[in-house]
Amino acid sequence: MLRASVLRLFSQPIRQTVYLRECLDTTAFPNTLKLYSTQTAVKEQPGTTVSEKEAEETRIGKRRPLENAPFIRELFLGRFAKEMLVYPEMTKEELEHLNQMVQPIEKFFNEGLDSKTIDVNAKIPDEVLQSLKDLGLFGQQIPEEYGGLGLNATEFARLAEITALDGSIAVTLAAHQSIGLKGILIAGTAQQKAKYLPKLATGEHVAAFCLTEPSSGSDAASIQTRATLSEDGKTFLLNGGKIWISNGGIADIFTVFAKTKVTVDGVEKDKVTAFIVEREFGGITSGKPEDKLGIRGSNTCEVHFDNTPVPLENVIGEVGGGFKVAMNILNSGRFSMGSSGAGILKKLIGMTCEHAVSRKQFGSPLAEFGLIQEKFAQMTITTYAMESMAYLTAGVIDLYEKPDVSLEAAIVKVFSSEGCWSCVNECLQILGGLGYMKDYPYERYLRDGRILMIFEGTNEILRLFVALEGMKYAGKELKDAVKIARNPWKNPGVAWKMYKKAVSRQFSSKKRKSENAVSVHQPYNSKLKLHQSLHNTLQYEALLLEGCTEAFQKVVEHLLITHGKEIISAQMDLAKVSNIVIDLYGMTACLSRSNRSYCLGLQNADHEIMLTKAFCKDATKRINTNLKEIYSGPVENNSENYEHIAQAVFKHGGYAASHPLERMW
Amino acid sequence: MSGFRILVGCKRVIDYAVKVRVKPDKTGVVTEGVKHSMNPFDEIAVEEAVRMKEKKLASEIIAVSCGPQQCQETLRTALAMGVDRAIHVITEPKEYESMQPIHVSKILSKIATEEKADLVIVGKQAIDDDCNQTGQMTASLLDWPQATFASKIEKSNGDLSVMREIDGGLETIKVKVPAVLTSDLRLNEPRYATLPNIMKAKKKPLVTKKPSDYGVDITPRQEIVSVEDPPVRQAGQKVESVEELVTKLKEAGLV
Repeated sequence: MLRASVLRLFSQPIRQTVYLRECLDTTAFPNTLKLYSTQTAVKEQPGTTVSEKEAEETRIGKRRPLENAPFIRELFLGRFAKEMLVYPEMTKEELEHLNQMVQPIEKFFNEGLDSKTIDVNAKIPDEVLQSLKDLGLFGQQIPEEYGGLGLNATEFARLAEITALDGSIAVTLAAHQSIGLKGILIAGTAQQKAKYLPKLATGEHVAAFCLTEPSSGSDAASIQTRATLSEDGKTFLLNGGKIWISNGGIADIFTVFAKTKVTVDGVEKDKVTAFIVEREFGGITSGKPEDKLGIRGSNTCEVHFDNTPVPLENVIGEVGGGFKVAMNILNSGRFSMGSSGAGILKKLIGMTCEHAVSRKQFGSPLAEFGLIQEKFAQMTITTYAMESMAYLTAGVIDLYEKPDVSLEAAIVKVFSSEGCWSCVNECLQILGGLGYMKDYPYERYLRDGRILMIFEGTNEILRLFVALEGMKYAGKELKDAVKIARNPWKNPGVAWKMYKKAVSRQFSSKKRKSENAVSVHQPYNSKLKLHQSLHNTLQYEALLLEGCTEAFQKVVEHLLITHGKEIISAQMDLAKVSNIVIDLYGMTACLSRSNRSYCLGLQNADHEIMLTKAFCKDATKRINTNLKEIYSGPVENNSENYEHIAQAVFKHGGYAASHPLERMW
Repeated sequence: MSGFRILVGCKRVIDYAVKVRVKPDKTGVVTEGVKHSMNPFDEIAVEEAVRMKEKKLASEIIAVSCGPQQCQETLRTALAMGVDRAIHVITEPKEYESMQPIHVSKILSKIATEEKADLVIVGKQAIDDDCNQTGQMTASLLDWPQATFASKIEKSNGDLSVMREIDGGLETIKVKVPAVLTSDLRLNEPRYATLPNIMKAKKKPLVTKKPSDYGVDITPRQEIVSVEDPPVRQAGQKVESVEELVTKLKEAGLV
């Protein structure tokens, strides 16, 4: 024991310097990546084996490694991809260049913009729109060869912090480039790109994304707009109507999703296809702009297609492959909501702080009251986590050739949208009556921010997506174990061993006495050894994260065994699983970022450490609650009651309880 | 005749919106970690040069900045606004603290001669030292005519007609080229550097030189004794009548 503790004493500083070196050496990633490249790249997608030449170029840093570790999916199996604890870095030149680009954008948004008038008139003035086009903001992610800025994910996220200061402008820009033209960017042919991207980059043409229909919102695969192939097989005729299309009234190029007849294995089926449709093709009408709660300056309207001819070469990807294109488009833009949210909140926290420090009631400034301090702390912690997650995700996207961060980006979106809503709400509350007045921007940010939880995939859908994708991934590996557990009589020997193990786990855990479902190891018996990738100060939080990861893996197994295939409809449990994963990702991002700040000695790094510790504590509390509720089953956690209550309300057509004053005489 | 070759001076100063704080040892103001940007009057000078190029009055614009390594950011902004090339005269941060308009004007005049510039345009003053000397000194060293506090510059038959803002109002003068101009606030409104231009600016040439390359000695001519905050403004008093005012003034020993 003594030798172990002495060894630990001397090995700590060595570990730290090794870590620091790794931290600053950006080629550290590719070496650890090979493990996952062979596991996922080769097995799942047979077409993407890494050639010898590519592998060598990756090793020496000339080419980016192919695929990232599927971090969230692996968490479902209790495996932690430690490279996520190394926060992404930019080179000095890249950072200087980025800061140079930030300057004029910040200047424009802080000085040249009257957001209140845009909101009141529900219109972005043409001069403002033209200035945005001149600044180059309409072509941020379009490659330089087509006239765009060719920004990578991190640079794009950084600029999104600034454009978010006006909600209507942010959504107009996002509808144009994050979704409107993204299809051409990620799935378009060279001819399509050369034809359309240059004018879209300068803003001469504006783009829009047309997926939603009156009867198809979250259920995107059920759209009814049709594209029928003409007799000569060269043109599709588009018929149907789309609703709530951002930029619908001002766009010249539409990415439209419609059902087409495809023959699959001899059977004719209806599959979604993505098309590039120009307004000039004819037959396109836009409705009047919708009168919205927030983002009122952004143009939202119906778009109708009446026998619009679309040439065959305007199909994006393959005929019948449109759903995947749609999902890839939406997945690729989500992560920037984290930095947008952080940008808004940083500004509002600053404004609210000024108020709290100067406004006095009962003889003291508001800043001295506990309830106000609690609000500020919670807002700061949420903003920190949001920012950390956004840039971690963006960094991973930039580091790999074919990144897959669909789950991570979904998590960022859910956390940021809800975090934004509650924090803006708290800022308004701190201002009190002033916050309620239109003279102050708080109410506008609140109204503008409400849409974040709804569009780009509602938070409910994204929670189910994250949970089900993760469970599917874990289920593949656990398939055999789960099968045996659900049918113990078919294989009694193995089932008995599993039962014994589960029972002994239950009784041997001392933590059964305390209410915690998360048990925290000591450094010497830690299995994941996350604390070895982080600075000493964060050792306890690293062990917390490990404990939560372990507990999470167990609850995933528990749910798969309990529900089997029915897990798909156990939505209330799935939501709890998602909430746990969101907190896990948040902890990872905060630990990773504050570790980097502390090791580099950035200004206020100790404040960041405090934020991380606070977030990890709160997150562990929430995870414990969620775990307890899942384990205690639908009766104890009230899910069963909720279901029955909801069914009664639906049966009754509304609130079903009799009036409190009612009686029968 | 082909257009003017214009030399524009750009100084890197603490951003106008930043609250300036005095260093505890009173030797100067805090500059570490503080946001810096181009002197607003120099931005107006760059804008004027770029507009002259767009009107085909000028054919080439060269931006110059004297100071530490970070001045290159200021020059990159100038390049993004439309300047063709930039010269960075690098100095040590310590030397920079004691650098005065006399040194800068010697460097600018040497560069103007070397680059065969037709016009030198600088901001009327820098917002950190408010000296209002560089333009005038440069003109004197070059023995060129000067038009300071320019609020409008127009070409008239090979010369320049410049409207100046002076205490008494507006004065229009004619200057022969080559000349030194200093820009005033209402000369123009500088454009935002657009992101595509920032990308293009990366490829424009920026050379680094030393003051010794121009034979200029930048040893300090002045010694800063102390830098302090201005005294806090005292509250005033309200009086009801003239007699009361006179009494109060007598009490304070002012009458």
